[in-house]
Amino acid sequence: MAKREYSFYPGCSSQKGASSSNYLISVQTMCEELEVQLNEIPDWNCCAASIGYAGGGELPRLTLSARNIALSEQHHPGQDIVATCAACWLSTREAAERLHEDQSLLAECNTALAEAGLKLRNETPIKHMAEVLIEDLGYDALKARVKKPLEGIKIAGYVGCQTNRPFGIAGESYENPKYLDKLVETLGGDSIPDYEKKVQCCGGALAFSEPEKSQEMVKGIIEAAYDHGADLIVTPCPVCQMNVEVYQDQINQTYGTKFQMPVVYYSTLMAVAYGRSAKDAALNGQIIPAKALDALAAK
Amino acid sequence: MGELNTAMIERYRNSFLKEVEANVEEGEWVKMCMQCGVCSGSCPLGKFWEHPPQEIFMMIRAGKREAVLQSESVWMCTSCYNCIVRCPRELPITHIMHGLAHYAKRLGLVPKTNPTAKFAQMFWDNLMVKGRINELKLGLALYFMNGFGDGIKVALKNQKLGMAMMKTGRMNPKEAFGGHAVKDLAGFHKVLKKAQELEDARIAQNGPPAGA
Repeated sequence: MAKREYSFYPGCSSQKGASSSNYLISVQTMCEELEVQLNEIPDWNCCAASIGYAGGGELPRLTLSARNIALSEQHHPGQDIVATCAACWLSTREAAERLHEDQSLLAECNTALAEAGLKLRNETPIKHMAEVLIEDLGYDALKARVKKPLEGIKIAGYVGCQTNRPFGIAGESYENPKYLDKLVETLGGDSIPDYEKKVQCCGGALAFSEPEKSQEMVKGIIEAAYDHGADLIVTPCPVCQMNVEVYQDQINQTYGTKFQMPVVYYSTLMAVAYGRSAKDAALNGQIIPAKALDALAAK
Repeated sequence: MGELNTAMIERYRNSFLKEVEANVEEGEWVKMCMQCGVCSGSCPLGKFWEHPPQEIFMMIRAGKREAVLQSESVWMCTSCYNCIVRCPRELPITHIMHGLAHYAKRLGLVPKTNPTAKFAQMFWDNLMVKGRINELKLGLALYFMNGFGDGIKVALKNQKLGMAMMKTGRMNPKEAFGGHAVKDLAGFHKVLKKAQELEDARIAQNGPPAGA
């Protein structure tokens, strides 16, 4: 099978020493196994996520994403853009759609981009890595690579918000998306299809500015996973991963709970199921160790 | 900012809805709201909004200009997009809330102590420096946004978390010195400067006529 190539937008949080650098490592491992080649967009910039709106007006925000798409079209013509971060994907795809609908905004964007010799054609499909896995490759191809099934590991599929709304994965519903559950089953693990907090918001960027409000929601997300007997939570979003994993100590202090629930990326699961080492799966990036995966990777 | 606010009040004396339609991103959708309340019921932080989205839309039509633009509510959006996908009239509610928040900021009407308004501005300022977010500097700025004394307390509270992030390679103290950046930083700044100029020019068209 010929290698599939994509123009890759990794995003700020996946950079070396940043909060989801472990996500990038496991994605690279996963893509090696799946013969997917990621060509990083040269000199990409931040997308402003969904919290840049205070300082950033409409055109400056859209121009940030337009610069990335233009760079991709210049250096990787014909390749779909793929993002691993939900906010990167959402901002970029939203900008592309807005600029497609509004020709005067597109013209202004291109006037701005011309300052650096860039031009946006805006003809590039923009995908989340989950779309690449499920729509481009398909569950059968994902299953074919499994060397170490995640047998006996019970996993709550926490989809969250921005990988799911407003675009989502083709054929999935906003209220009860099932692709993470199907992915867990594909890898030989036990899914929890009726995990009721699978699309509950974790607070997003407000975890920083309104920590109490956010942590109250995160508490519910973890509690429901325990109620279903989950060994760990899996998510496709760096903000979900961080918010649900790293504040468990603080939540325990506030609510008297004893949470110690590992939260991993789908790519972590896949790297382990594909027989790769704990290091390649970036399991050393877990603040709450995913012991079941550590044990499987060591086998 | 105070002058712009006064000028806008003069220009749109009788219609806050018209002001929103002309000046707020996606504001032209506000009149389509049919007051069903699905957005308010779907919001994960709904219980914390003094005026949930449905109410904000009616207040805009009722001309409650200051109550809307000075409200903490428009800064309560987590961008979860629940309201957008559930709205039977398909209003881009998330974007309208961001648009209202940004307009309030332009007019200088943001509640001074609102933490999300501060954080959102810090995020934008941070990314504009190097073209990419510096998580370390953003985190530190966040800790100290309410002054030095408060910052030390917040930093101590989060000390254990910071250590854990560093130990797992997910936070790098070296980011304090330089850090990640786009290579064509001059080009990046030129592009964004031009985009801001074009944005300002468009706003000026909607804004108060000269001498108003």
